[in-house]
Amino acid sequence: MAQALDEIKIGGLGSSRKRVEDDRFLRGKGNYIDDFKLPGMVHMEILRSPLAHARITSIDTSKAWQIPGVHMVLTGDMAAQHNLAWMPTLSYDTQAVLATDKVRFQGQEIACVVADDPYIAKDGCEAIVVEYEPLPPIVNPYQAVAEGAPIIRDDKEGQTDNICYRWEVGDREGTERAFAQADLVSKLELHYPRSHPSPIECCGSIADYNSATAKLTVYMTTQAPHIIRAAVAIVAELPEHMIRIISPDIGGGFGNKVPVYPGYVCSILCSILLTRPVKWIEDKTGNLISTHYARDIYYKGELALRKDGKILAVRFHCDSDNGAFFSDAQPTKFKLGLIHSAFAAYDIPFGYMTAQGTYTNKAPGGVAYRCSFRVTEAMFFQERAIQAAAYDLGMDQAAFRRLNLVKSHQFPFRTPYGFLLDSGQYEKCLDVALNAIDYDDFLREKEEARAQGRRLGIGISTMTEPLGAGNSREYDILGIKMFDAAELRVHPSGKAILKIGSKTQGQGHETTFAQIVTHELGIPAADILVQHGDTDNTPFGMGTYASRSTPVAGAATAMVARKVRAKARKLAAHLLEVSEEDVEWELGRFHVRGAPNNGVSIQECAMAAYGNMPDGMEPGLENNAYYDPPNMTWPFAAYIVTVEVDPETGVWDVLRMVAVDDCGVRINPMIVEGQIMGGMTEAYAMANMQFITYDAEGNCVGSNYMDYLLPTAWETPGFELHEVVTPSPHHPIGAKGVGECAAVGGPAAFVNAVMDAIDDTGVRNIDMPLIPDRVWEALKYRRDISGAPPVKSDAD
Amino acid sequence: MEERRINVVVNGEPKSVDVEPRLLLVHFLREVLGLTGTHIGCDTTNCGVCTVLFDGLPVKSCTMFAVMADGHEVTTVEGLGLPSELHPIQEGFREEHGLQCGFCTPGMMMASKALLDENPNPTEEDIRWALAGNLCRCTGYQNIVKSVLWAAEKLRSEAAMSR
Amino acid sequence: MYPSRFHYEAPRTLDEALDLLQAYGDEAKVLAGGQSLIPLIKLRFAAPAAIIDINNISGLDYHEEDSDGSLYVGALCRHRTLERSPLLRSKHPTMSATAPLISDPMVRSRGTLVGSLCHADPQGDWASVMLALGGEIIARSTGGERVIPVSQFVVGPFQNALQPGEIAVRARVPAPRGTRSGTYLKLERRVGDFATVGLAVALETSGGTINRAGLALTGVGPSNIQCTAAEQALAGKTLNASTIDQAARLAAEAAQPKTDVRGSAEFKRHVVYTFVTRALSNPQARAA
Repeated sequence: MAQALDEIKIGGLGSSRKRVEDDRFLRGKGNYIDDFKLPGMVHMEILRSPLAHARITSIDTSKAWQIPGVHMVLTGDMAAQHNLAWMPTLSYDTQAVLATDKVRFQGQEIACVVADDPYIAKDGCEAIVVEYEPLPPIVNPYQAVAEGAPIIRDDKEGQTDNICYRWEVGDREGTERAFAQADLVSKLELHYPRSHPSPIECCGSIADYNSATAKLTVYMTTQAPHIIRAAVAIVAELPEHMIRIISPDIGGGFGNKVPVYPGYVCSILCSILLTRPVKWIEDKTGNLISTHYARDIYYKGELALRKDGKILAVRFHCDSDNGAFFSDAQPTKFKLGLIHSAFAAYDIPFGYMTAQGTYTNKAPGGVAYRCSFRVTEAMFFQERAIQAAAYDLGMDQAAFRRLNLVKSHQFPFRTPYGFLLDSGQYEKCLDVALNAIDYDDFLREKEEARAQGRRLGIGISTMTEPLGAGNSREYDILGIKMFDAAELRVHPSGKAILKIGSKTQGQGHETTFAQIVTHELGIPAADILVQHGDTDNTPFGMGTYASRSTPVAGAATAMVARKVRAKARKLAAHLLEVSEEDVEWELGRFHVRGAPNNGVSIQECAMAAYGNMPDGMEPGLENNAYYDPPNMTWPFAAYIVTVEVDPETGVWDVLRMVAVDDCGVRINPMIVEGQIMGGMTEAYAMANMQFITYDAEGNCVGSNYMDYLLPTAWETPGFELHEVVTPSPHHPIGAKGVGECAAVGGPAAFVNAVMDAIDDTGVRNIDMPLIPDRVWEALKYRRDISGAPPVKSDAD
Repeated sequence: MEERRINVVVNGEPKSVDVEPRLLLVHFLREVLGLTGTHIGCDTTNCGVCTVLFDGLPVKSCTMFAVMADGHEVTTVEGLGLPSELHPIQEGFREEHGLQCGFCTPGMMMASKALLDENPNPTEEDIRWALAGNLCRCTGYQNIVKSVLWAAEKLRSEAAMSR
Repeated sequence: MYPSRFHYEAPRTLDEALDLLQAYGDEAKVLAGGQSLIPLIKLRFAAPAAIIDINNISGLDYHEEDSDGSLYVGALCRHRTLERSPLLRSKHPTMSATAPLISDPMVRSRGTLVGSLCHADPQGDWASVMLALGGEIIARSTGGERVIPVSQFVVGPFQNALQPGEIAVRARVPAPRGTRSGTYLKLERRVGDFATVGLAVALETSGGTINRAGLALTGVGPSNIQCTAAEQALAGKTLNASTIDQAARLAAEAAQPKTDVRGSAEFKRHVVYTFVTRALSNPQARAA
């Protein structure tokens, strides 16, 4: 009898196989955008506005043109001749490519210079003289709607204020009735400060327009090559089949590399004008001050509570600072992304949410920074409000959560905002986490320490997240539904190539997507090559962001493998000379029912597909599948952090950090854990140090890595990971998204821990980042600390 | 345009090249020599992805001019292992999943090399301190620390074998 | 990160360097470690017409004591060397505590103490340490050498007292009267960051009595601040709760902090108080 295949050994589901990608990265042989050199390539640099809000009165480029080695100086007026001074955004607004009338945020693109090398291009930028007439800048949503505020978007016909949208979700009246019955209303106001995904690699592109073939090839740092191709076709008015987007190795994305940026468009236009390859590599300041930010939301919310701790209803309002252009990359229907997923983890009968987006003189964006469209913003407010409510009730925060969490028997569970949770074991996750952190022991320790003047605290965050946008009924970007595709070719020797429309930026698709095929077909993962990131050679996909790769492209991969298996079954029946109904599948092999020794391997079937197919069968063993998910996948996590706060300096140290993630079936546990630790680090960063703010003049503070702080190995705490597995009932292999959960749910755990360490002070909130002086000030004056830390020029 | 002849030994190979004084060492390595394993991540000497060894010590190659390397030795990630055989540090990063997007990895490994050259038996704290000038956005560092510990152990056992 | 063009000179001797400096005048910048200067040039915040790279001059990379116990640190002595120095560890605790807190390991491979002092960044750590130790800079020109106390060397933000044609060739720390103790405490938002508050403490004691006290602050004024009143209050005393509290209060009064993204003025002043208390209570204390 043939030996049954060991799925783990051949790199299937559940195998922590080492990554395929590593071989090139470890040798310094990755192919990142800046590593490409094309014949005749020239280099582009961008001149950016030093002012946040100003009318451009003149641009003099004559000196730049005179510099030897300069090939092109492109201004907005020149771009306008090609109808490219403005471009549409992914949220049905417009955005300037190169400013023609006004600059609307510091760092906005004014002109670009193309030269033999980037040093000369930079010399050229320095030689451009721009004259401005300064206008009063608006740097937060409240200034934006104040009486007499200047209209930022005076380019838009009919725009008479600085509001870009108003939006409401939920049951207003039902919620009001529930509030009328509350024993207690717990209120919370806070600000989630502006942040930036800040992958270490900045954005860049090499546009290569071939005038002989009229084909445009663009190498670019994009997480969503197919959507970019559609966008370029629209923006540049080029035929889509004559555009090829190649997304090479990407040095981190985190949502930052989803949108279309002016730099990409300028490199394309310059390549068309110069008919040679034009390379643009953004610098860090350019990346931080002009590409998509995240967060920057002001919340006001309240929970209606019964004395026994039951939450009756929730309502909240968000004021969103959208910057100068409404360019969120998000599903069309949802103006503030999936912010209404807030409180989804809890069984709350009624909810109502309103949001208002405003234009300000800040960089545009609202990108899904390691989250599923504003879900981070949703879960942070949720978990802060839950802790505050527990305090208001005088209830233990863990017990309060357990009381209100959706119970295992309630799935599928409809939230008051209309989402349908697919599955979960929320209480179990919480219990595993409480057990791991020795919850009761810690509470005792905290009490003892407090008696000695030491301040310990514990913070919990229990969160779920809708991942895998999305079903075609509700989710589209630019009118394109958010499904994904996969194409699988099994060659005669049984080796395979899988082509997918999504695009790794470090998640390890080349490793894990092969594992899905291995699970379905029994072909060893090492025999499967995964291709992605080239629109000419992969099927359509919406891209990798919002943790949608495994839920959507991963599902498409499983489905295409099943189609291939169905054909292989016919081939097996032919080879075994029995009817198809008499063939049974085991991993990697078909055998005759009742005769397990009489079988053929998938490799033998593959050979037969090319050399011994039954009469009338189309040769070959390949197929494709488009997958339209029936629902989102809903992972759940319980994160617990313990801290000690130094009351004299406000410095807080993480004592322990426990993460219990239930992301369904884990394809590659090693990679899943890597994702969780990475997300947790970003959560720690946001809670502790990472933020962008603006002074009253609209100067960006956080424009480089001296001011925009990312944690190093030194500060970053150690993580203790645990798992619970609840397979997704609707995903073909039971998997859920995971890449973002820790970044989504983590920040509240850190903040809640620090708040818990000062829980005797009456302080309800300290806004992130919890830098020492804010904690110290809250402790000393027993008051809430709101808004971003003050900028020097404001205080002077 | 002023140029100067520099003689630099890069990954063991002597190079003699004319460069503009303003050319940064990292651009010399990447653009002139084609050693694109050394990356560029920031403009302000903070991120460490451009870390190389300069006469055996870790430096940020974005914060030196190429002319300053005249008469010196530079080692980049391309000189860390052999094409056929990974260096134990490279192996460690693969075994312990110490990389995701791979962008910080060359700099991270070169800083680790400098540490292990000086301290073959580092503690977790030693490693975290030695890597405090190298930013990673993907991994959360925990697996990087494990990777370096893995490499240290392998290097020690190799050293013990050859003794 | 693409610098402007400049002329590059790489003299082999100090005399050659001084001649070049004379010839270029204030068009030239001296390049030692370059870890402050090169970032400025990369961002085009600085665009010197000429750079005089002194890294090829031999005999400047040293730190050593002379027979009377003075410590000399040459212009090319790197932070990394000081961080690992057994001499500093045994006899210069304030300096030994400071060296590892300068930026990050790669910057410490190149950057120099003398260069840091010349750069005169108001947030630089070494200037506080040198103020606390009563250190000096020895500047050389074609005309000879002169000694400048660090208290007079740093004349303002990014301004030093070097005359055109002068190169800072070494720093000197005078020999202690009695036993030296001290530390450097630094509150930073993240390792390698500039100080939110930095405190250098250097004590010289005999049998518990303080012969000389040096206290200086980083990050809480337009330049590094020497806490003269606190130093005087400690001189001749022994350390006890009352003298420590008095010194801490005087140091906090000497601070001139401003509110910025790192924290409020009030907070920074409080941290000065806390740091002085902690450093004097436990001179081996290290910052968190």
